[in-house]
Amino acid sequence: MAEKKHSIWVFGDYRNYFQNRVTLQLLSRANDLAKMIDAEVCATVFGHEVDEWVGEYIAHGASKVYVCDHPALTFYSTDIYVVLMERLVRQYGPEIILVGATSFGREFAPRLAKRLKTGLTADCVGLDINDEGLLVQTAPAFGGSLLTRIVTPEKRPQMATVRPGVFQEIPHNYQAAGEIVNVPLPDDLPGDRIRLVSSERQAAREQKLGDASVVVCGGRGMGSRKKFRNLYELARVLGGEVGATRPVVYAKWADEDALVGQADKHISPKVLFSFGISGAIQHTAGIKNAGFIIAVNKNPNAAMMKMADVAIVADAGQVCTALIRELKKRIRS
Amino acid sequence: MLKMIVCMKQVPMVSDLPWDPITGTLTRGAAEGMMNPACKHALEAALLLKEKHDGHITAITMGPPSAEEILREAIALGADRCLMVSDPKMAGADTLATSFTLARAIEIFCPDFDLILCGCHTSDSETAQVGPQLSEELDIPSIASVESLELREKTLRITRVSDHFLETLEMDLPGLVTIATGRFIPRYASMAGLGDAFQDPGILTVGARDLGLDEHDVGLKGSATRILDIFTPVGRKENIVLTGAPKKIVEELFERFDDAIGSVIRKDLKAEK
Ligand SMILES: Cc1cc2nc3c(=O)[nH]c(=O)nc-3n(C[C@H](O)[C@H](O)[C@H](O)COP(=O)(O)OP(=O)(O)OC[C@H]3O[C@@H](n4cnc5c(N)ncnc54)[C@H](O)[C@@H]3O)c2cc1C
Repeated sequence: MAEKKHSIWVFGDYRNYFQNRVTLQLLSRANDLAKMIDAEVCATVFGHEVDEWVGEYIAHGASKVYVCDHPALTFYSTDIYVVLMERLVRQYGPEIILVGATSFGREFAPRLAKRLKTGLTADCVGLDINDEGLLVQTAPAFGGSLLTRIVTPEKRPQMATVRPGVFQEIPHNYQAAGEIVNVPLPDDLPGDRIRLVSSERQAAREQKLGDASVVVCGGRGMGSRKKFRNLYELARVLGGEVGATRPVVYAKWADEDALVGQADKHISPKVLFSFGISGAIQHTAGIKNAGFIIAVNKNPNAAMMKMADVAIVADAGQVCTALIRELKKRIRS
Repeated sequence: MLKMIVCMKQVPMVSDLPWDPITGTLTRGAAEGMMNPACKHALEAALLLKEKHDGHITAITMGPPSAEEILREAIALGADRCLMVSDPKMAGADTLATSFTLARAIEIFCPDFDLILCGCHTSDSETAQVGPQLSEELDIPSIASVESLELREKTLRITRVSDHFLETLEMDLPGLVTIATGRFIPRYASMAGLGDAFQDPGILTVGARDLGLDEHDVGLKGSATRILDIFTPVGRKENIVLTGAPKKIVEELFERFDDAIGSVIRKDLKAEK
């Protein structure tokens, strides 16, 4: 195959591979973009015993993977990864670098961009190439109520962090061929200035709500603890999780874990059912990444109803019961 | 003495977002400002450290002259000193230019700091980039989205949740942290504090020249990114309203949206023929 003019790099963020597929989603989008600017798609993987991820990235669209595999890289380290990546970028000169907007990515990418003295757009929800061949990065502002389109006209590489769930991953192909470039750990690597005292994977519970593709959220409008419990049955039928507003948690209709809202209680389901919730900003701050929203409220003017795709004006408890019945009828087998 | 710097930004109040619904652009001039919520949490974290460790807090903001208000607020809440970095040439700065400018101001006006605290992100542009980039620019270690912190001698021990991992980390000062919202619930200003803020709070204002910076280093000219346009995501939601008896509504919901819902739960929701 002929040498490509450019390369597009995707940072391999494998730490939560099974829950967070953003790296795969970026490999997919990078392949689309690569066709527009004659580029090859590369991934980087830093860590220890990372063969599995290298294989996965090739199967999902990387034609080359730069791998630095070393025991010193067992734990994610922003300090070390930034230095490693900076050196690789200076050596190979990618045109574009895409990083998943995970907690790690959002700390790593700004520091890398600063060292490279280039531009970075945060938390993108769209990536395209314009007529001048520039990467057009669409990013939300003001909690998603505005979108901004941003380019980096001169500095290289063009860098973006991208929100998980925006792009579709390519189905894996374990026959795909990819070149593996082994990068030795530089022996003049500066020491890590941060000491890791402990790192524990969080209980699965909290992750489940945050990662669920269907969430059934209930508010005070459910009327009683008993009726609220029906939401759990609805969630079960839908294969989803239950979320709650603050008054509901205070009333002990739901556990503290179920709270959705500001203070980092964010969810991003593809489908969100919202029952008897007024839509206070402290709550809606936590659902701004939700996809299709179905809201049920007696009051058609509630803020929650205004931000819904489908606004159902009716009693929340009754709609919940009707939904369960109808779903059970339709989901055969 | 623990010498702290809190970097803060004035942001428009989100509730009355000043965008023009027809052109879809921001009318920034009309926006009423407030201290960015996450910066308030950062200030609170600094105030708690100050109470425990005999600290001194310098509040710094870069922004238009109106941003002085948030520095007064910081004084009212307990900051000791303020630095206002303001210059028309600095307008339109991206995070690269902002962190560069803040770093130069810190090097000149408070070079002997122990700890810099920033909000984890702003409510307007939401990049979360300035804090980490400022630490690179000053060549000091940093930790983002910190949820608790404890100081022993010159070592800071923090906890945070990062991608489903509860991490405990240590960093020797000088260093930088960005503070997550959630913990560090901001306090209200005391009457005495308000008095201080409204008497001469002694805010030092500096411009590009005071920092020895050229116009090419700061603001839009010093930025790597360019905004092409800002728009409202129009037509995103159809907002279909369904009314009537619950049973009928639910049937209609599935007739119209069986694919939208079915594809996510991976079930065929078509009614039996
Ligand atoms: C500092 C602070 C932080 C907060 N953090 C959070 C947070 O993280 N998460 C959070 O959720 N809240 C939070 N809150 C609270 C928030 O401001 C709201 O009070 C809360 O979200 C409202 O919950 P709700 O919608 O369930 O109740 P309500 O606002 O009381 O709304 C109930 C809704 O149900 C509707 N309704 C009533 N009866 C029926 C019926 N039979 N059928 C259908 N609809 C019906 C009503 O029309 C109304 O719209 C916070 C508040 C503060 C001050």
